Amino acid sequence: MKDSLIFRRLVISGILGWIALFGAIPVLLLTGVSFLQRHPSDLIEAVFSMESYARLSDPAIGSMLFKSIMMATMATLLCLLIGYPFAYIVARANKCHARTMLLFVMIPFWTNTLIRTYALVAVLKADGFLNTALIFLGIIDAPLKIMYTQTAVFIGLIYTLLPFMVLPLYAAIEKLDHRLLEASRDLGASRWTTFKKITIPLTMPGIVSGCMLVFLPALGMFYIPDILGGARTMFLGNFVRDQFLIARDLPMGAASSIAMTSLMGIMLLIYYRNLRRSGRTVRL
Amino acid sequence: MGHNVIDIAGISKSFDGEVALECFTLSIADGEFLTLLGPSGCGKTTILRIIGGFEEHDSGEIRIDGQSATNVPPESRAVNTVFQSYALFPHMDVYDNIAFGLHVAGKSTSEICEAVQEALKLVRLEKVKHKMPRELSGGQQQRVAIARAIVNKPRVLLLDEPLSALDYRLRKQMQKELKELQRTLGITFILVTHDQEEAFTMSDRVVVMDHGRIVQVGSPRTIYEEPSNLYVASFVGEINVLDGVIKSRGECNYVAEVEGVTVVVKSKRDFKEGDPIHLLLRPEDFRVEVMQDLEESPTLAKKFAKALLKGTVDRTYYKGATYDVDITLADGKRILVTEFFDEDSDSLYFNPGDRVAVGWFEGWEVVLPHEG
Repeated sequence: MKDSLIFRRLVISGILGWIALFGAIPVLLLTGVSFLQRHPSDLIEAVFSMESYARLSDPAIGSMLFKSIMMATMATLLCLLIGYPFAYIVARANKCHARTMLLFVMIPFWTNTLIRTYALVAVLKADGFLNTALIFLGIIDAPLKIMYTQTAVFIGLIYTLLPFMVLPLYAAIEKLDHRLLEASRDLGASRWTTFKKITIPLTMPGIVSGCMLVFLPALGMFYIPDILGGARTMFLGNFVRDQFLIARDLPMGAASSIAMTSLMGIMLLIYYRNLRRSGRTVRL
Repeated sequence: MGHNVIDIAGISKSFDGEVALECFTLSIADGEFLTLLGPSGCGKTTILRIIGGFEEHDSGEIRIDGQSATNVPPESRAVNTVFQSYALFPHMDVYDNIAFGLHVAGKSTSEICEAVQEALKLVRLEKVKHKMPRELSGGQQQRVAIARAIVNKPRVLLLDEPLSALDYRLRKQMQKELKELQRTLGITFILVTHDQEEAFTMSDRVVVMDHGRIVQVGSPRTIYEEPSNLYVASFVGEINVLDGVIKSRGECNYVAEVEGVTVVVKSKRDFKEGDPIHLLLRPEDFRVEVMQDLEESPTLAKKFAKALLKGTVDRTYYKGATYDVDITLADGKRILVTEFFDEDSDSLYFNPGDRVAVGWFEGWEVVLPHEG
């Protein structure tokens, strides 16, 4: 008993230390930097300033933010739309089939995302697999122009992030007690009503975590717009990266990434507030 | 009781080649309390799920209120279920759980409110109406499940081992409440259980099942006192099985040799001379006297002339109002006897090693053809 207690404390303090060192401290540093001023040679100057945050409302940056959020929202919704039925089928399939299907979801993780994104170029480019196949089948005459458009970025985001949607959804749906669905049908609810009133509310924790896991990276992933969208479209991820590495404006980069995190935090807060108001608590 | 609310004709069902129901035929009268009794895997839950619409049968027909229910989804059947696990919606409070069926049916808010209040009152849960299911005790959850089903005023209420998760005392109480509820509402109840005591306490009619077939249908009393075979006899309560052979036929009885002793037995069944039989006796059907007392008292001996089997007491078990006695008969067969305490004499208690004579109340024996 004593051994296990010591072991437990060691493990917990180890994890806490890890989170503090690589999670909390960097975020605090970033928050700190975001309130400082830019310095031409030393990068930052220890003078309190809200200038970086003020610049976020600049129309050019504002429209870039809006476009990024729209893109991330669309990607998240589409991932949810594709991911939910898939996760549902996997969760309801027999154990053996479920394992195979989950394996297919995992396989892409065996390759580096950057390499997979380049592979996507080979599929989407003018003389790539997709266009060649479509022309061969006679569906189109001239190659579709997908590469270096927002569509390419969109496809890239969904392709990369779909597993992050499927896995939490699968976990939530798998836990769903099938007897509750039977009870709902028994009480007169159709399949669709049962889905709306029982399945969705009870798998909401999975939906929320899936959306979080997709939305944030969709905002922040800079290499997908870089590779698939060319340098033409600027998204929040590229913007933050450029502030740090090209413009060398650390406070601006920090401020925009803190703003992004805060946005997400506020959205979650609203979600939990609504839950509590309706007298229902949810275990995430 | 009127017409039949459910007619099941020759229903068969198998899962992956495993037979769950075989040519199951049963009619259930409007307003009756029917219990399907049997061990796990006998098909009793399957038949309940077929009535509820959760399982499709392979062949045969089921009619609810005269209408064929084949291919009718659960939501379109005038039947509600109380699930074994209660299956309360964890994201809704007690009120919303009970209101669910009415809400889905598109009833007005005031109508729903009134009906839910009434249901809450019926199961005495007014005080917890805004609690979440996980904040309730097992017994309270059970009541919510019942209220949630009956609030829809179904034609038939299906109860799938509804009391199995409750402790003994609560189970006893709920049995009475369920029976009372059924009387008040006049709804047909179909209960599934493996507990014969539960079946007997509540039911008008009991259906004993084994391996997907009906073994016997009858009132609790018929099932207990006139079991149709050894399976029913040994499933419902303790029973002693003695072996014997029919020797000759009397006018309205038989002379048989049971455990090496010649006795007179009564039976409505037809036996021929030389037929091997089982003689079934409940522990409480026996009369036991100490041999020594019989030898000393001629009046007692005369009164006890029917005490025919001889044996030795092995052990006694104190049970409060009664006590059980293990007896080994002269030919080595062991039997269990239940004796009531005699308030007049405190000496009437057997001790291990006592040599005793065992008889039974005339006509209480059940004679069945030998099954082995």
